[in-house]
This record gives sequence, C-alpha cells and structure tokens, in this order.
Amino acid sequence: MGEGVWVRGFGWRHAGRRGWAVRGVELRVERGEKVLLLGASGAGKSTLLAALAGLLPEDSGEHEGSIEIDGRPVDEARDRVGIVFQDPQSQLVMARSGDDVAFGLENRGVPAGQIWPRVDEALHRVGFPYHRDRSTAALSGGEQQRLALAGVLALRPGLLLLDEPTANLDPAGAALIRAALTRAVDADTTLILVEHRVAEALPLVDRVVVLEPGGGVRADGPPEAVFAAHGDALAAEGVWVPGREIPPRRAAGPAGEVLLTAEQLGQPPRLAATDLTVRAGEALAVLGPNGVGKSTLALLLGGLLRPGTGRLAASPELAGTDSRTAPHRWRAPVLTRRIGSVFQNPEHQFVTGTVFDELALGPRRTGASESAVHDRVTELLSRLRLDRLAAANPYTLSGGEARRLSVATALATAPRLLICDEPTFGQDRRTWRELVDLLADLRDAGHGLVTITHDADFVAALADRTLALAPPDTGPARP
Amino acid sequence: MITLEPIARPGAPLARRNPVAKLAAAMLFAFPLMATLDPVTPAIAIAVELAVLPLFGVHPGLLARRAWPLLAAGGGILVTLVLFAADRSGRVLLDAGPVVVTSGVLVTALGLVLRLFAVALPGVIVFATTDPTDLADALVQNARAPARFAIGALAAFRLVPLLGQEWQMITMARRARGVEAGRNPVARLRLFVSTAFTLLVGAIRRGTRLAVAMDARGFDSGMPRTFARRQRFVTADWLLVVGATATAGAALAVSVALGVFRPLVG
Repeated sequence: MGEGVWVRGFGWRHAGRRGWAVRGVELRVERGEKVLLLGASGAGKSTLLAALAGLLPEDSGEHEGSIEIDGRPVDEARDRVGIVFQDPQSQLVMARSGDDVAFGLENRGVPAGQIWPRVDEALHRVGFPYHRDRSTAALSGGEQQRLALAGVLALRPGLLLLDEPTANLDPAGAALIRAALTRAVDADTTLILVEHRVAEALPLVDRVVVLEPGGGVRADGPPEAVFAAHGDALAAEGVWVPGREIPPRRAAGPAGEVLLTAEQLGQPPRLAATDLTVRAGEALAVLGPNGVGKSTLALLLGGLLRPGTGRLAASPELAGTDSRTAPHRWRAPVLTRRIGSVFQNPEHQFVTGTVFDELALGPRRTGASESAVHDRVTELLSRLRLDRLAAANPYTLSGGEARRLSVATALATAPRLLICDEPTFGQDRRTWRELVDLLADLRDAGHGLVTITHDADFVAALADRTLALAPPDTGPARP
Repeated sequence: MITLEPIARPGAPLARRNPVAKLAAAMLFAFPLMATLDPVTPAIAIAVELAVLPLFGVHPGLLARRAWPLLAAGGGILVTLVLFAADRSGRVLLDAGPVVVTSGVLVTALGLVLRLFAVALPGVIVFATTDPTDLADALVQNARAPARFAIGALAAFRLVPLLGQEWQMITMARRARGVEAGRNPVARLRLFVSTAFTLLVGAIRRGTRLAVAMDARGFDSGMPRTFARRQRFVTADWLLVVGATATAGAALAVSVALGVFRPLVG
C-alpha cells in the first residue's frame, strides 16, 4: 500500500507471440522520484510503460504479476497517470491548440468553468509561445510535442510517463521539450522516462533502472553507480552511455571526380536556389534548420523531383550516355543503378512481402541473373545482420531493422551515388555505428555520399565536407 | 490539395448559426425537392440558394471552386443524356448523323442537372461555412450523437490532408527503388494498388497510435464528458430550420400551381 508505483513480478505476452515482451519485473518507485528506464531494443521498456498507463487491454495478451499505483490496481488508477509518446502527429486530437489541451479535461468530466483556466495554466507551464487558438497543424514538431505534454499535464497526473518523447524531433525541438520538462515537472510528480540518448536525459532523473532483455531488472540505482558497473555492456547493446567516444571515419584519400553539379537548383517556396557539387569518394553532409528544404534538396539530387528553378547536371562519369538529360527524366530502373535514395521513413520504400524479396527487387529490375541476385542478397543480409529475418515481412521489423533494410535495398543495385535523408534518426548506438561503418566503407570504395542530417555526432564521425543551407531572405515567413 | 477550412466570412448571419441547425435545414430543404421531376422546382430552389449565399458570407467564385466536382458531374450528365438517351420525343433541334438532339431529351437532361445542383448545393454551402470542430461539438451537444463517434471522426478527419503528401512521398520512394509504371496500363494499375496498400498500412498505424493516445487521456473512461466549448441551439436556429422547410414547400406549391409538377412516384 501507499503512494508511488509498485510493480510486482510483472510480465506481459502479446496475444499470438511466443516470447514474453517483458517478464519478472520488480520495481518500487516512490512518489516524486525521477527514473530513467533503460535496456537494449526489445527489452520491453515501451510495453512496461504501456502497462503502467493501463493501456494493455486484458484481451490483447496474457499478464502475470501486478502493478499498483498509489495503492490502487493500475486499471483503477488511470486518472493518476499521463503518458507522452514519440510521434507528435498522432497524439494531437483537435485542430486548435487550446481545444487539444481541453480534450483530456472534457474526458475526465472537469466542470466547464475550470477547463479554460487549467488549459491556460498547462500551456504556460510548458512555455507554449502562442495563443490557444493557434492551429495545431501550423506548429513545428517540437511545439506539437510541447502541446502534447501540456495536454497531459493539464490532467495533473501523479505519475508522468515519457516514451522517447524527443526521438522524432530535430535537436532544436528536443531541446524545447527538455526545457519544458525541466520547467513543468514539479517535485511531487513521479517521472518514468524511456530514452536512448542518455546524456540528454540525465539532468531530468535521479535514478536509472535497466531492464534485462530476457526478463527481470539488471541494475537499479543512481546513474553514476549504474554506469560504472554496467556501462560497457549497455553501450555494446546499443544504449548511448555518456562519455564513450566513437572513433571518426575520415576519407583515406582526396575526393574523386564530380558526379553531380547543381546550379541555382531550387524548389520555391520550399528550397531557395542552391549551388553545389557532389563528388565520388567523398561524404557530403547537408545541414540546416527545419523547414529550410533539406529533404527537398535530397529529392532533387536523387532525381525524384523536377527542379523548380536552376538545373542539375550529371557528369558522364555518373550518367554515361545519359549525361545530356537531367536525372529526374531518367527511367527508374536506370536511375536506381546510378543514384540510390534512402528516405526518412523506411516504410515508404518497402514494396514486397519479405525482406529477401525487398533486397532482390532492385537487382532483378536492373536485369541481373537469378544466381547473381541470390549472391548479392545473401551478402547484404549477413552484412546488415538481417539473415535471420530473410522471410519476415518488412512491415513487422523494429525501427533499427527497418532502417538497416532500407539502406541495404539502396545498396543492392550498387549505385554510384547514395543520398540518405536522416539515416541515423532515432537509432540506437549499435545500429548507428553499423550505419557509419557501412557508409564509410561505401565512400572509401569510391562511391559518392550525400547525407541530410541533424545529427552532430554523425557529421563529426563521417562527413568530409558540409553544406549548411540558410533560410531564404525573401521566402515566406515561417509561422 | 484538399482544403477543409471553412470559407465563410466570419460573422455572416447564417454562417454562424448552429451547425446542426444548418445541417437539418439543408436536408429539410433538399429532400422535398426530390419529390418532383419537373425543372421548375429545382430552378426556384437554386435561385433561393444563390440568393441566400451572401447571408452565409460565401463568395460565389469561392463556392464554385469548392463545388467543382459537382459542376463536372452536371456537365457529364448533360452530355451523356443528350447523346445516349433512348427517349427521342419532341422537336428535333440538331441532326448531325448519329447524334440527334431533340427538345424532349434536352428538357429531361436539364431537369436532371438542375435537380442535382438544387439537392447538392445546400450541403456544399453548409460544409463550406462550418468549422469541423463546431460541427462535432454541436452533434454531441445538440443532436446527442455519441462523443466516441463524433470526436473520433473529427480526430481522424484531421489526418486526411496528410494522406496527399504521403502518396507523393511513396510514389517518389518507389521510383528510387526502380519501380515505375511507365506507359503500361496494367503496370500502372498494379502500382496504384500497391501504393494504396502502403498508404493504408501507414494510415491504420497512425490511426491506432492516435486512438491509444486519446484513450490515454481518458477518452475511454466512460465518465460523462463535459464541454469546453458550448454550442447553443436558439430561436434563430429553429427559424432557419422552419424557414428552409417552408421555402422548399413553397417551391413545390409553385410547381403544382403552374401545372408542371411531375411526381417521382406514380
């Protein structure tokens, strides 16, 4: 009995799965404690958070053990718990910001007279900079996530759960959320946070709990003690343990011949006119704030979008006999042998029903023989640790697996130039290192590489040259 | 691009009536019009609809842009009927080989197009002048619609504009994979189906995540909800509903008085 969270021998198995998502968890969190929940991918962190929020319906799986919140079983204590998820887009319900915060208060039957004062107070607590009539669609990702936090805080939860709230945000947006949390979470609120990027989460917490992938709790205590004892193992499993440098991979030699030349290339109003050259054997990183048109530039360089202004020329080195036509006019099977593109959302690029077919698609389209296709796919599968998943459906992969697969599909046709849009977004340390090594090997083998990224560590580890896009002077003011 | 925002000038006397009243008025005005096949009744109705446009604060040009699918359907019906209708009665107006246009055909076709416009325009006007949030609020508060349905639909509705952007993204992502239909119609159809499938998978995932986030904020708590935004149904709203019904009745009466009334049944 008593206040706080008490998890006793808790386990959960999703209906139709053989293994337990989480099992044998013993955890006591006192009121007002701030806990960082860690563990390798698949250790069951998100499942445990969903259980604490009372969001695992009885009929969707099998459970064991029990969870009590403030002395009540979790199903009866849902009004005491608030949860913020990763994706801001799918958390906002209403068209106007204030209405969205009011949504939870209406659901809980708060009298109409108290709703708007509580909405204003919650918006103020998270530092929401606009009037409550502001359209939720006009907010940046970081602002939307702040609003989602306000919607949860307005309900005055005793237990606040955060499931990687900054994973889908650029660094500026993530900083906004951390500032809002520091400002808004008071001493009485219990906080349980799941976050890969440990260094950024540490200022918010005073205790670290590590889940063991097979079940149970591996470590529990103050951050320094936990990392001193388990830091190396955690880093190897993919947790971003602070203070562990990753050696950079610079180009061994000078950059090679020019592959693409852009002159005043642009797409008003999304991208202002830009000049650049892309070379073989060189990793170019394109940087710049949100909304400056980086992703649009990636689509233009990838030959996927007709340029709005200026022109993009491919050198004979890249285009062979097609060097007189612009890449966006090349036929798709030809394009994919010359320029590969990796999209921000891997699922956009999946076309077939299995991982094997997904990797075989490109080579088959470009007319390779079936035995050559088989060899190429087998090599890529083992290279990217996907061999055991060859028969799996691409849509069932985890975030890290889907990312590795989407990079591998682009490599399958061995394009001379590879364009990646935020390849390291939300990845754990292990996948991150594999991506850096893979892309560095590609560059060292003489391929060109353009990466759109917000990730400063990635730039430090790999980029040979950077291009920072600046917001256009005469462009439309960002709302 | 799909636009969902209302296009009314805020404060126009009829645009700011209760959304449920506007919806009821539109239905009670449109349904009686279907009782007759003559062209006079819908013509009167369209005249009334255009006459009240300023009271809804809608510029006719903007409305035409919003209602272009309706205009296209009207044109299609006119052409199809004039060219292919079996009924060839009346005076021959045009005889150009296989194409014979008679006065009987023209009257029937015009009548049908007028009916289409007369019945559809009230709905177009109501949705063009109503904020979706207000509509959901009014449905729950004044028409006793279940909140689970009305607010749930509102939340799903907010995700609709994302689908267009998503479609473009998926198409480009496929081109990058070497998948492109070119000019082959069969390949085009297959690509369309598989793009739609990818879009659907993404939409279902996003919808599921949204539903969980809504329940996490107590949407499924089963408690009686309170209302942050009050929608009132006042005398003026009743007057709008009654006025719309009476006008439709008057249009039918004029048609009967002129002797052109042709009942749909009988």
